[in-house]
Amino acid sequence: MTAPALITRLRGPLTFLGLLAAALLVMPLLLEPFRLNQLAQYLCYAIVALGIALAWGRGGMLALGHGVYFGLGAYAMAMHLTLAAAATDPLSPGHLPQFMVWSGLTELPWFWRPLTNPATAIAAALLVPTAVAALLGWSVFRQRVRGAYFAILNQALAAAFVILLIGQQHLTGGSNGLTDFPVFAGTSLYTPTAQYTLYALTVLTLGATYLLFRHITLSRYGKLLIAIRDGEDRVRYLGYDPTWIKTLAYALSATAAGAAGALFVPIMGIISPSLIGVIPSIMMVLAVAIGGRYSLAGAATGAVLMNAAQTTFAETFAGGWTYLQGALFVIVIALAPRGLAGLTRTAAQALSRPTPANTTPTPETTTGSHP
Amino acid sequence: MAPTPPGPRTTAIAATLALALAATTACAPGDPAGVTDDTVTVGMLHSLSGTMAISEVTVRDAVELAIDEINADGGVLGRQIEPVIEDGASDEATFADRANKLLNDDNAVTVFGGWTSASRKAMLPVFERNNGLLWYPVQYEGLESSPNIVYTGATTNQQIIPALDYLREQGHTSLYLVGSDYVFPRTANQIITAYADAHDMEIIAEEYTPLGHTEYSTITNDIARTEPDAVFNTLNGDSNVSFFQQLRSAGVTPDDSPVLSVSVAEEEIEGIGPDNIAGHLTAWNYYQTTETDTNTGFVQAFTDTYGADRVTSDPMQSAYNAVHLWKAAVEEADSFEVDDVRAALDGTTIDAPEGTITIDGDTQHVIKTARIGQITDTGLIDEIWASPEPITPDPYLTGYDWAADLTG
Repeated sequence: MTAPALITRLRGPLTFLGLLAAALLVMPLLLEPFRLNQLAQYLCYAIVALGIALAWGRGGMLALGHGVYFGLGAYAMAMHLTLAAAATDPLSPGHLPQFMVWSGLTELPWFWRPLTNPATAIAAALLVPTAVAALLGWSVFRQRVRGAYFAILNQALAAAFVILLIGQQHLTGGSNGLTDFPVFAGTSLYTPTAQYTLYALTVLTLGATYLLFRHITLSRYGKLLIAIRDGEDRVRYLGYDPTWIKTLAYALSATAAGAAGALFVPIMGIISPSLIGVIPSIMMVLAVAIGGRYSLAGAATGAVLMNAAQTTFAETFAGGWTYLQGALFVIVIALAPRGLAGLTRTAAQALSRPTPANTTPTPETTTGSHP
Repeated sequence: MAPTPPGPRTTAIAATLALALAATTACAPGDPAGVTDDTVTVGMLHSLSGTMAISEVTVRDAVELAIDEINADGGVLGRQIEPVIEDGASDEATFADRANKLLNDDNAVTVFGGWTSASRKAMLPVFERNNGLLWYPVQYEGLESSPNIVYTGATTNQQIIPALDYLREQGHTSLYLVGSDYVFPRTANQIITAYADAHDMEIIAEEYTPLGHTEYSTITNDIARTEPDAVFNTLNGDSNVSFFQQLRSAGVTPDDSPVLSVSVAEEEIEGIGPDNIAGHLTAWNYYQTTETDTNTGFVQAFTDTYGADRVTSDPMQSAYNAVHLWKAAVEEADSFEVDDVRAALDGTTIDAPEGTITIDGDTQHVIKTARIGQITDTGLIDEIWASPEPITPDPYLTGYDWAADLTG
């Protein structure tokens, strides 16, 4: 590869990482603390978007249930923080969270106990979503379930997870979720320093996830993943087992969602079933569709942009912002089917109007078209 | 095949990311102080979109009415109230985030808002952390008393326990419990079960359905079969429409098994259809028909402002009271500072539509009368029973021996 080609090739990622570095250093100076907190929330969703871009954009797996993996990460962290808060709460006999006391529990349920340790909580936030996704992925990809069926299965998982959380109020906090946790590992979470640290951690996690996923998509494995997306049976005939290739990508995308959830909880100060159910899962995918699912950076940008737009609209027009948001979705999906990151390609195609014979087949037209 | 080569599109990404980051700075802070010589900023935080909007918009209307009345009357300490309205969007995280904005960006001296328990729980740490003051207007499940919240709706000993007292007085000793699956119904049913144990009452069944559930024929047929003396209904929202229609289809009349609802008010009866629910019971602290001079004026002012077809309900009235209670406490304290206002809360009293109400400083709840009502075929609610005197709030039920196990 020649030097200019290398520069061209690296321009995208370098721009993206440059922006992240700027976000790390410049934004804290420009923004009030609570705006920085909002930006940190958006960046958490950007991490989820990277995962969805990997599974859906590269692997063709329409991951409509990532709220579950985000939720598993978030709950692992929130359970630890709840225990940390209960440990210093004089009103809490036996250091049980208050909702358990009111529900008649007298001792901590077994699956809460390991989470007293912050390191275990962080490990659980990453490993539990990964393991659940790997198990689900392996069992359905092995049966060659894909396309709409896979998407529906993901939605069903999100619905079931929420019903479980709400129904087991005495174990999970029910529909109120978990909230009110002021300390992590002995330090207050709401000092400016702590808030900046959380923000910086989120930016760094986003950057690291981006680099890792980019490396994966450019590797041999990444090419196999795309090959499976565009013709799974052909790849099978070539002697590869698509089950493991797809499971790995799906599990990795769940790890990213779990990490995002674990970061989201101390930033936002709350996690509840309504943040991780069917509709939030769809919104996560929508953000990726808007940003551009074939581009990791585009998907992350889409998540930040969509959430920032939502907040700006809602704060400006409290009564009618949902119409503006809906209009934004319609416009982007109608005019930019590849999302914002694919705008130039969409525009170029629209201008040149190529004949079908010399069009590069787009992933949409080839996916699932083979028997 | 890589779907798109990295190239010009990255410029577009860079531009959009920069825009997104800029968008968060676009809403830079306004006036740094919440109080000027002429105005005072307050926050209003209700769900104006999403599933809860249908209920919370009515509460917003009542708060706006109270603010307009006070402003027309010269304001508070000579300042006109300027509300900043935010949308909680039926989403807990949004409630927490917007509460943060109202306190830190808009410098609201106090905030009126919330409906669901989840939204209140989400806002609580934000108000405690920033030492804000939230006025929460809806009856709820109790077990809470934050120095940064004033609860103007009923806690359980002002609604659920009086309702049980009433049912027992009427000789109804077997109860069928139906509720939506979330914190309020589950906590309410724990209290009902403990009360029943202590008073020789029988709980025939305890059924939960998800919020928004519409298929009740299994439950209504079970009610028809088991013939309980009364049904205690903690269903919320749309589910009530299906439940009451299907209960009627199953042939259960208010004479067989009256349904006592704690989340059905005038506003909801319109949606359920008076035909389907007439004769059944409700437990609240206020009805549109409550006979006080203040209520006549309140109902008149509300219908003049929002239309003759609008009704007033308990949560609306509690939200309306909150603004007037805040004004009274601020004037007592002669200050908008949260600490000063809090110190002045105890004993603050106003003539509200529901009668004279007083804030209990220990719990920051309101001392109020419990009322059982019967739904009429015109869609209003007639009071048929009231507690002999206003009830002092007891959110942790410390004054009830049988409830000792509930609160740990």
